[in-house]
Amino acid sequence: MVTYIVKRILLSVPLLLVISFLTFGLNHLSPLDPVEVVLHAQGVPKITEELIAETKASLGLNRPFAVRYFDWLAACLQLDFGNSYVTGKPVWSLLGPAFLNTLKLTLVSVIAIIVFSIVLGVLCALREGKALDKSVRGISFFLTSMPSYWLAALMIWYFSVKLDLLPTSGMDSAQSYILPVAVLVISYAGIYFRIVRSSMLSNLNEDYVLYARACGLPEGKITARILRNSMQVAVSVFCMAVPIILGSTVVVENVFAWPGLGTLTVNSILSRDFPMIQAYVLVLAVAFVLFNTLSDLINAALNPKLRREP
Amino acid sequence: MRKNILEVSHLRVWDEATGNVLVRDSSFQVRPGSCLSIVGESGSGKSVTCRAVMRLNKSGIRQSGDIRFDGVELGRLSEKEMRNIRGKQICMILQHGMSAFDPSRPIGVHVAETLARHYGWSKSEITAKAKSAMESVRLKDPIGVLHKYPHQLSGGMLQRIMIALALMLEPDLIIADEPTTALDTVSQFEVVEQLMALRERIGCAMLFVSHDLGVVGKLADDILVMKEGEIVERGSAEVLFSNARHAYTRELVSAKRVLHEHFTKVMGGVDLADR
Repeated sequence: MVTYIVKRILLSVPLLLVISFLTFGLNHLSPLDPVEVVLHAQGVPKITEELIAETKASLGLNRPFAVRYFDWLAACLQLDFGNSYVTGKPVWSLLGPAFLNTLKLTLVSVIAIIVFSIVLGVLCALREGKALDKSVRGISFFLTSMPSYWLAALMIWYFSVKLDLLPTSGMDSAQSYILPVAVLVISYAGIYFRIVRSSMLSNLNEDYVLYARACGLPEGKITARILRNSMQVAVSVFCMAVPIILGSTVVVENVFAWPGLGTLTVNSILSRDFPMIQAYVLVLAVAFVLFNTLSDLINAALNPKLRREP
Repeated sequence: MRKNILEVSHLRVWDEATGNVLVRDSSFQVRPGSCLSIVGESGSGKSVTCRAVMRLNKSGIRQSGDIRFDGVELGRLSEKEMRNIRGKQICMILQHGMSAFDPSRPIGVHVAETLARHYGWSKSEITAKAKSAMESVRLKDPIGVLHKYPHQLSGGMLQRIMIALALMLEPDLIIADEPTTALDTVSQFEVVEQLMALRERIGCAMLFVSHDLGVVGKLADDILVMKEGEIVERGSAEVLFSNARHAYTRELVSAKRVLHEHFTKVMGGVDLADR
């Protein structure tokens, strides 16, 4: 198992290198000259050839591509992503706190999503075709088919305005989490619980369930076995939910004025703030690789066939 | 004469959703210590009958009729009482050893959980008993096997582990649902040998399902022939093999004879139909 873990973690290193290279290369695919972006952002009235050359030198853009890439990579490893073209401040001083806020929202949501998906998935699978199963599936279908901004607006109107129970926006207290987390849980758990349910159902018909029952084992123990064997698809989905939500909270963050990545990135993209975009893409890509590795490791712990023990 | 260990009368099994009748009006008895074999082609209702006795058919499959086990009407028992009978008094051996055990836990976990559930033995008692049972079904390195996962063992080995578990549980009735069908000839031979030894050792009755008449001839005292959910012929093994009345049975027997000759040749002259 230990060799598998080490191997799997080492395997993600070349992947991360490729990602960082592509992220850095993005700069060069853009039709815009970064120097002009910087000068525009600084409000320079007249852009002359000398000024462009001067800025280019000061930004280090006149050095060869490979040199710049490795410099940038070494700096990134220390969380130094350069300075924003627009504000001139270090990228991480802007991106870091926003990333942390989004991460908090994401992790709380993902934990709630996992709990709801498993509980609903198991209950529906055990009561397949019964009233509970049908109504949970019906209601979740109804709720997930609503766009999240609409759902968010409805919830703010009902819980914050009409009942005055919860804050409408911001992240001042634990209560601020309730509505945005609820919106995310409804949109994701409503889909993910079906994955748990269907893999539970396919496991229910397996011979090992029949044999365990034929041996007189208690149903609780059998359900636990089925759940463990059903979790493999779900684990991958749950783990990937973290980076997916990290990258797609824009709508929810906007509605609830959550000071997170969403708003920051949209602004950076609109103002062509390359260092910010680069850092954002890199952070998200790294999150994808990390959580993908994590899901492989959890699955290996669950499934002895994946471990290939000697 | 002692009363029958299992008495099934007017068993009817049907699929609630489609209305398909899987077993119609089937009645049979198993004498204590004897082996009743159900033969017939796939889909004839053999496995469904077995599961009906265990009350383990899939949800949506309904059954009616009386199933008396050791004088107790199984249909009247609560699910909890039924669980106490399953494993301890009626033990099942399945066709596919490869899928019969939880794929993500070592074999020993299932063995230990089952034994602890019915007998409340301590861990060391279980290990000791498991070791001797595994040795008696001729598994080498019994303790090592207990720590293996199902995918690390062969179908024949897993089948013998199920037999070893039955040996430890000492049930009154063993239901073996095509235990040799998925195995190669050599493993089949070993499993049949172990099943015979098992009956000798604990003196249990057996309900043995197969479509392999060579194996049936070696184990069965009585035979039921099923076709499309109905019992078309029944009788003692000797009579049935030499003097089948129903055309379907004759067909099965003659098809088997050809195979049997081949089997005898392969196994080096061990005659399976000489009971």
